Amino acid sequence: MKVLIIGATSAIAKASARIYAELGCSLHLIARREDQLELLANDLLVRGATKVSHSVLDLNKFAKHGKTLDAAFTELGSVDIALICHGSLPNQEKVEQSFKQAQKEINTNGISVISLLTELAPKFIEQQQGTIAVITSVAGDRGRQPNFVYGAAKSLVSTYLQGLRGKLLAHSVNIVDIRPGLVDSPMTAQFPKGPLWSSPERIAQKIVKSIRRGSHTVYAPGYWRVIMFVVSAIPEFVFKRLTF
Amino acid sequence: MEAMGWGRYPKTTAELIQPADSQALQKFIASQKKSASCIGRGSGRSYGDSALAEQLVSSRFLDNFLELDQQQNVLRCGAGVKLGDILKICIPRGLFLPVLPGTKAVSVGGAIAADVHGKNHHLDGSFCSHVKSISLVLASGELVTCSEQENPELFRATCSGMGLTGIIIEATLSLDSIPSSSINQRSLIANNLAECFEHIEDNADSKYSVAWLDCLATNKNLGRSVLYLGEHAASKNRKTDTLYRERSGLGIPFSAPSFLLNKTTMSAFNASYFGAQKRKKSSTTLRCDNYFFPLDSISNWNRLYGSKGFLQYQFVIPSEGALEGITSVLEKISEKGKGSFLTVLKKFGEANENLLSFPQSGYTLTLDFKNEPALFPLLEELDRIVLAHDGRLYLAKDARMSMEVFKASYPNWERFMSIKNKVDPDNLFASLQSNRLGLTQ
Repeated sequence: MKVLIIGATSAIAKASARIYAELGCSLHLIARREDQLELLANDLLVRGATKVSHSVLDLNKFAKHGKTLDAAFTELGSVDIALICHGSLPNQEKVEQSFKQAQKEINTNGISVISLLTELAPKFIEQQQGTIAVITSVAGDRGRQPNFVYGAAKSLVSTYLQGLRGKLLAHSVNIVDIRPGLVDSPMTAQFPKGPLWSSPERIAQKIVKSIRRGSHTVYAPGYWRVIMFVVSAIPEFVFKRLTF
Repeated sequence: MEAMGWGRYPKTTAELIQPADSQALQKFIASQKKSASCIGRGSGRSYGDSALAEQLVSSRFLDNFLELDQQQNVLRCGAGVKLGDILKICIPRGLFLPVLPGTKAVSVGGAIAADVHGKNHHLDGSFCSHVKSISLVLASGELVTCSEQENPELFRATCSGMGLTGIIIEATLSLDSIPSSSINQRSLIANNLAECFEHIEDNADSKYSVAWLDCLATNKNLGRSVLYLGEHAASKNRKTDTLYRERSGLGIPFSAPSFLLNKTTMSAFNASYFGAQKRKKSSTTLRCDNYFFPLDSISNWNRLYGSKGFLQYQFVIPSEGALEGITSVLEKISEKGKGSFLTVLKKFGEANENLLSFPQSGYTLTLDFKNEPALFPLLEELDRIVLAHDGRLYLAKDARMSMEVFKASYPNWERFMSIKNKVDPDNLFASLQSNRLGLTQ
């Protein structure tokens, strides 16, 4: 299998890449820091990847997306799985007070993904096969006070994916929307952890499984589907008073 | 957060720092004030307080494989890589770790810091005997490499140094070639301790050798045991013999009520286990995980001892006095009405030159006891027996040894201190254990 991973040095991406490496896949990695990419590439080769290549890209430079993806497809020949993992968790207070900050975060977590999907879709249509999997978040299911800028960007992507899934159906291309709950990774280092937190490795196992099964919307771990069902069912006149 | 070792005693409050890479780690170390203290932490598999401090620096994200040289059988990897991850990539290539402790969950950094040993110590030495070089971050924030040739003093202090010289970030390890990952096991029954010693001596050339012992048997049955000998099975089919199937099994979801483990239940368990082994076939072939890591199949088995946790007590006594010393220890435990659920006896080979390394030529016995107030005076009495026979206790399992016992039994502690003072004069790296043993403070 040939796997393209965007935002490859994030904790969930790294754990997923390791599973694909152990299965003997060829991988192409895209991320911002070259030293981290080289470190991960070596790790994946030792773990059993057939071939690992990489491109350096700052995902907020949208103009460069097309060329970088062209290079990735040339490197791999064809792509069976494209996994989009990048993101950042903003400080809610800061982004509420500064549009410039909010725009930057929405670009990173939302618009940059739309740009990538716009480039990827025709490539997958041409192949007439494959899976595009995108990591969004349970935060996109309902706008909550502590993280609604992040949530809005993620729900933008989730809504876009729903439409794209229909468009690509006729071309045998599946779209997987992965919505992790609370993940214990460097991105969430500043939060105290409790029983609802899960490891990047656990999320990665779920990602690989749901791509293999051709799932559509996946909550990781699965119990987040129940939690978010309850959160979504709370009437707005109550919900607007909640600060969690 | 609440922090504890694998024995779940003692417990303390600590801040967990998880650097995303080695640069982040160096930045953290460089930012520390003079009065601060921290200690490296891998998988949290040391039993007592050796990886407890105000700040715990986790190697969790330093878990990359860096290079595998299949010509030289050498692996370079991050300190947070677990031994089980190494087996997963090595076994399909016909390679194996030369030394494996009783769990594959330990990290490479932890295995080096405790200079862990396995069932083949009598032939192959301890983990650090197969470590070619180590990179670590010193208290100054400086990144240094050490080996037998380069900074040999620092190397001898870091191997077995319980994390007190710096934070290990990567290591280069030698690997062994194996014909297959299965183990041919032969078991020998011994009706008392002397018989077990005889079996061990008679089979000194066996690759792996470890004995399970019924700690609760007394009088003429004292030390009745089963000696398990192991050899790598010959390869019948290269492809299937190097498949690595991990075991997954039961888990203990929460602390069991501690009254479940009492003398009656332990005695019944030990007697029925001994009886069952006696009736069993004496030769069998086992998968790697089943032979090396039987306890790993029950995740969180440490919760069986209840919420107060347990203490492991592992000591080594030089061969001359071993039979007498171990007999006195077993008699003392029985006299006080205590018992150990799982007791393991093994013969060690020669000691190495690492300054705080535990193994030395002789016999080592491992016992575990439920944590209760009456246990501590008993363990102090056992300390006296061990010291009287020129023995010592394993730091990776210790949670309560006194400074006096430590200094009397680890003759190289002063040499260790002189190196520690050179590389970490302000004692940035300190654990609850190192404070108790007088190595820091």
